[in-house]
Amino acid sequence: MSSPYVESYAVDGTELVSIGEASTKIKSVLKMLGIPSDLIRRAAVVAYEAEMNLVIHGGGGEMELEVWPECIKISAVDTGPGIPDIGKAMTEGFSTAPEKIREMGFGAGMGLPNIKRNSDGFELLSEVGKGTTLRSEILLQKT
Amino acid sequence: MKLSKIREILQAEVLVGEGLLDSIEVDAGYASDLMSDVLAFASPGVLLLTGLTNIQIFRTAQMLDLQTIIFVRGKMPGEDLLQLAREVEMPILVSAMSMFEAAGRLYTGGLSPRAISRN
Repeated sequence: MSSPYVESYAVDGTELVSIGEASTKIKSVLKMLGIPSDLIRRAAVVAYEAEMNLVIHGGGGEMELEVWPECIKISAVDTGPGIPDIGKAMTEGFSTAPEKIREMGFGAGMGLPNIKRNSDGFELLSEVGKGTTLRSEILLQKT
Repeated sequence: MKLSKIREILQAEVLVGEGLLDSIEVDAGYASDLMSDVLAFASPGVLLLTGLTNIQIFRTAQMLDLQTIIFVRGKMPGEDLLQLAREVEMPILVSAMSMFEAAGRLYTGGLSPRAISRN
């Protein structure tokens, strides 16, 4: 089994203007690796929504990209307040985003459902007071 | 439709990409101030009409491979956004028209909507 291409990105939880920097890097790495553009776009949306959640809700955290021969894996891990009700958080339209984020055009409760929609595999683990881990997988070769 | 034609229809000012207007073809558009929806529903390759100008508008467009951003209601983006757009050669235009008028004129002029997929 070959080993994956791995990169990690620290996401600053205090700078709203820097949201998207990690995702931009992820997008350019995938492009460099010659991944098909429709899959890059799905991965970029997953990464960007996850990065936004890290900043809005997690107080920052870490993202990781793994590129395997058969799939792309993106994870976002924070040690923030956690999600009390994952079912609710996954409901389209449900949002706890602050006003300043909504003024920027985000925080409409679309992010997590959109990540799931763009993923072939999706996992969201959270513990109140400890943090949240999101994992997304996008298949490169459909079997 | 060429971007140069779109510029003409919207009587728009070009902030980035003046030299690209004749080489970029766009056939569909998406109009919204809600980036959450743009991320969920906009198709690749469309142009984005919006009245929000923060830097995340550019990032959203970039993630989705949108062709160009046209700011409506005469809203001017900051230099930070324009700089990022220059780096990736994404044309940025600004029109004094309302979003409704801009979308209406482009629709009448031949641009199409794309079906929204909720799957």
